[in-house]
Amino acid sequence: MLKDKLRLFILENFLFTDDQGELNDEDSFMDQGIIDSTAILELIFFIEEEFSIKVEDEEMIPDNLDSINKAVRFIESKS
Amino acid sequence: MIQRLLHEGLEKSVKTNPEKIAVIAEGVSHTYQDFFDSVTRLANALIDNGLRRGDRCVVYMDNTFPCLVSIYAILLAGGAFVVVNPQTKKEKLKFILNDCSARILISDSHLYGNFSGIDGEVQSLVCVISSGNIQSIDDSAVIPFDKIMDGSKDSKPSINTIANDLAALIYTSGSTGNPKGVMQTHLSMGFALNSLIEYLRLSSDDRILLVLPLAFDYGLYQLLMSVQLGATLVLERSFTYPAQVFSRIEQTSVTVFPAVPTIFALLLSMHNRKPIIFPTVTRITNTAASLPPEYVKALKEIFPNALIYKMYGLTECKRVCYLEPEKIDTKPSSVGQAIPGTEVFILDDNGERVKAGEIGILHVRGPHIMLGYWNQLELSNEVLKDAPLPREKILCTNDWFKMDDDGDLYFIGRSDDIIKTRGEKVSPIEVENVIHGINGVLEVAVIGEPDEILGEAVKCFIVLEEGSSLSIRDIKKICIERLENFMVPKYIEMVSNLPKTHTGKISKKGLR
Repeated sequence: MLKDKLRLFILENFLFTDDQGELNDEDSFMDQGIIDSTAILELIFFIEEEFSIKVEDEEMIPDNLDSINKAVRFIESKS
Repeated sequence: MIQRLLHEGLEKSVKTNPEKIAVIAEGVSHTYQDFFDSVTRLANALIDNGLRRGDRCVVYMDNTFPCLVSIYAILLAGGAFVVVNPQTKKEKLKFILNDCSARILISDSHLYGNFSGIDGEVQSLVCVISSGNIQSIDDSAVIPFDKIMDGSKDSKPSINTIANDLAALIYTSGSTGNPKGVMQTHLSMGFALNSLIEYLRLSSDDRILLVLPLAFDYGLYQLLMSVQLGATLVLERSFTYPAQVFSRIEQTSVTVFPAVPTIFALLLSMHNRKPIIFPTVTRITNTAASLPPEYVKALKEIFPNALIYKMYGLTECKRVCYLEPEKIDTKPSSVGQAIPGTEVFILDDNGERVKAGEIGILHVRGPHIMLGYWNQLELSNEVLKDAPLPREKILCTNDWFKMDDDGDLYFIGRSDDIIKTRGEKVSPIEVENVIHGINGVLEVAVIGEPDEILGEAVKCFIVLEEGSSLSIRDIKKICIERLENFMVPKYIEMVSNLPKTHTGKISKKGLR
């Protein structure tokens, strides 16, 4: 459920598609050019609103956010 | 040792202090000796693989260590480097490779989707090299970066390059729809380099942060200045994960922080959530778009020990002017005076100099001016005008400026349609061409709209053909496949018609 919501948000807002095949769970957002420095804030606001957590500034690192799997692990660790 | 060529700066720095850290690339340190050895081996390999004197060699990579090695290796091998933004998609990459008749392409495996099979579509290309996870691409036509250096000589190749030769082609968006290659020689770049080092008051003790793309001359020169001085470059791929960049700044005690207003805006919004402070930074620089005076107070909190440099420039001459940092509070909207060794004039429609306070078009004179646009004589002649001395050229910036009684310059606006978003140039025609090419689109007009964080946001108005069911999302998807991220319109409005002038052309004025 969590993963699906996240996938949907990213597909819709950064890839402009609903084709699930366009985004793999392990794909690095930075490598694939999916998210850049202005988009990252949009993603963070979405995560904070949708999953009711607070993302601290120090937590905005690739390990926590740079792929579907990483983001899911991070969100679960904060819930 | 007398320096005439750009890469001789690296040779000098290696001789002076071979064990000094030249680059910290995403946390990994490389000494000047390591750097130079890699550069030398790659240079020999490039020559072995077909690079001849003056050949253009395209570097299509993120801000990584192999990218830095490639830039200097091409110079050491007697070629001219062309760094292409890794966000560039296939069609435009192909255009650039063909436009400059590139001999060699150096890229990375994660960009393979955009360069696979490209040697078949670019006649001049004889070699494609890729760093990264080569196994994943399994293409025998692509040579792995690491492998290409094995077995290459580690002695410096002998080349015949002189200072008049091209060092680089820097592609820049134009109002015509296709990018143009700005020709910069060892002479013009060497001059610009030293002028910048002088007014930025840089030294070999500096640790310069590079998060800006190397394809952008603002980013590129951080590398060139750092190597020229024998300083240390702290390289990050982008500002996407700010916390990573922040810890790097702290770990490495960065002293120079070059950025554009969008990065400062992001910094400020984070500072508002939780205070940030970087006491080791002694210089912050801004160009590409105006730094809002309101930012300065917060920037002084974040960087309490830093001089703030407001600057203005264009790729065609690297940089034009800068405000002495001591004047930041007394002249908050000025971009100061011409960089050392150069001069500027503001001219009216008749080519006459305007009086203080009057608005005119800024022209630039100095050794830093480009030779012209690659293979675009007419477009070059539009901006390179006759100067006082016979056969000398001065550069017309096409920007409106005024000068106060002290000689300090104020940017008023562009005279062309180029949109500046996140500090990047976007040609409305380039975006319109892509959208026009979509089946179902009848008419399209692209404009820039003021935006707090981006400076300007790209906005487009589309008239669909009868019966077309294209959605906004469909349009964005195609844009992102064909254009760099920052060019994709932020706002798309479907309309039933577009305002026209009395001659039937689309009136953009009517849309703003």
